Amino acid sequence: MAGLDDLYREIILDHYRSPRNRGELTAPPAVRVEGFNPLCGDEITVYIDASNGTVADIKLTGQGCSISQASSSIMSAAVKGKTIEQARETIATFKRMMTVDESGDTGEPVNLRSLGEIAALQGVVKFPVRIKCAMLSWNTFAQALDEVPAS
Amino acid sequence: MTSFDPRLVRGDVALLHRDINGQPITYLDSGATSLTPRAVTEAMTRYYELHHANVHRGVYQTAAEATAIYEGAREAVARFINAPGGAPEVVFTKNTTESFNLLAKSWGAANLGPGDVVLLSEMEHHANIVPWFQLRETHGITVRFIPVTDEFRLDLSNLDELLVGVKLLSITGMSNVLGTINPVAELARRAHAAGALIALDGAQSVAHGPTDVQALDIDFLTFSAHKMMGPTGIGVLWAREALLADMPPFLGGGGMIADVSVDGFTAARGPARFEAGTPPIAEAAGLLAAVQYMEHLGMANIAAHEATLTADALSRLQSTFGERVRIIGPTTTIDRGGVISLDVEGVHPHDVSQVLDQHGVCIRPGHHCAKPLMKRFGLNATARASFGPYSLTRDTDALLEALADALAMFG
Repeated sequence: MAGLDDLYREIILDHYRSPRNRGELTAPPAVRVEGFNPLCGDEITVYIDASNGTVADIKLTGQGCSISQASSSIMSAAVKGKTIEQARETIATFKRMMTVDESGDTGEPVNLRSLGEIAALQGVVKFPVRIKCAMLSWNTFAQALDEVPAS
Repeated sequence: MTSFDPRLVRGDVALLHRDINGQPITYLDSGATSLTPRAVTEAMTRYYELHHANVHRGVYQTAAEATAIYEGAREAVARFINAPGGAPEVVFTKNTTESFNLLAKSWGAANLGPGDVVLLSEMEHHANIVPWFQLRETHGITVRFIPVTDEFRLDLSNLDELLVGVKLLSITGMSNVLGTINPVAELARRAHAAGALIALDGAQSVAHGPTDVQALDIDFLTFSAHKMMGPTGIGVLWAREALLADMPPFLGGGGMIADVSVDGFTAARGPARFEAGTPPIAEAAGLLAAVQYMEHLGMANIAAHEATLTADALSRLQSTFGERVRIIGPTTTIDRGGVISLDVEGVHPHDVSQVLDQHGVCIRPGHHCAKPLMKRFGLNATARASFGPYSLTRDTDALLEALADALAMFG
């Protein structure tokens, strides 16, 4: 049985209490995308400045549970400064980590060491109801990347 | 004759004897769906095992038995709510939501147009909001809302003004978020005086106290079986016979016709007009058993029991946690049911529920399909605990203990 310690790791509680990259960017030129979780009411707005092919800046506003808030904060810290290509790879890796196959085992192995603080979210997969909380900001960020105007 | 002992009710509900996360289950989510006693599941099993046939068709014995069960459920519901016209006024639907859709898309579409107002309140469930917004899009009606006060009550100070041009006041008997019980009889009187009809959303209220449509003097009533110890998949729209007689059919198909030719169809009269296709027969058997079960417990007894539990819980929540746990709803049991929404300081409702689950405590986080109400109070979500006839003080004990744990973890 998964215990609460698997879910509420210290890193997650830290990001929940002191979220990184909170705020807004002027859009345009920044890209602004809103994400909603209609089931629970969580909402997030992601602002990115990626006009030169790199996520030069990212800001977040919104509200939600500790998992959605910590996940967005950890994500913002992880992707800031990365190229759009690298950021997309990070999203793909995160989504793989959040995948549960039918047997209930976690999906294909992910190199956790390469993930840094993102790895703290690994325990979420043991609480399937909460996966959507963790995914909200990542899906919204992915959409923002898609909307970056081609330079 | 009624007989009520919550411990005996508990004995009838198998689920309450399960363990969750190594602890006895504490079920505090009856506002979302109530637990079913064995009498209900047995009635449904009996239908499938012994009386399984379609209704209103065959002349063989089991078909007659199935029809008797299905129509018996209609009669039981009519008695349960004291319908003046009896069973012919009771339409079976899928749930409260479908009942409201039937009301809006049949009665509303036939009787309302531009300039007509449907008056709701800010504490309505989306089921009693969205169908009216849809009717606004298709028929140009106006939708208006009675505000809610800071004390979590309907603000009736401008009701006469709000009622101008209103054809229907559609309102909940008991808020599924606040627990507030609304003064339905008074609202009915004032709606009628303004020339409007009144529909009552009984999804919450029907399961937690007596409902007498004649005493309340209402025109429509909606509710679901699964919130009153019955099965999912069946709900009720009650309407006064004269109103029902003029309502056009909603869904078309078998069972709802008097005649069909290559030129067209004539709709059946009575509830059958609104029950196209094979209806939820096993569910009706379950609803019949649930009505009988609740009548045996006594709706007034259930109301009194839940009022005692609610008073105790409200008082202990305040004395234990003070400002750290804010009650989003009235803090006394006057005109208030056993639904308690909480805003826990520094802990999101989802996290509250997650920690509570570890204690085997089942509550509901979220906006409870009442987003206008959430916005009214500047909230995204609450953590909601709600009682049923089987609830005991020890459920509140478990809730308080688990809440203290959640506060400690995130505090």
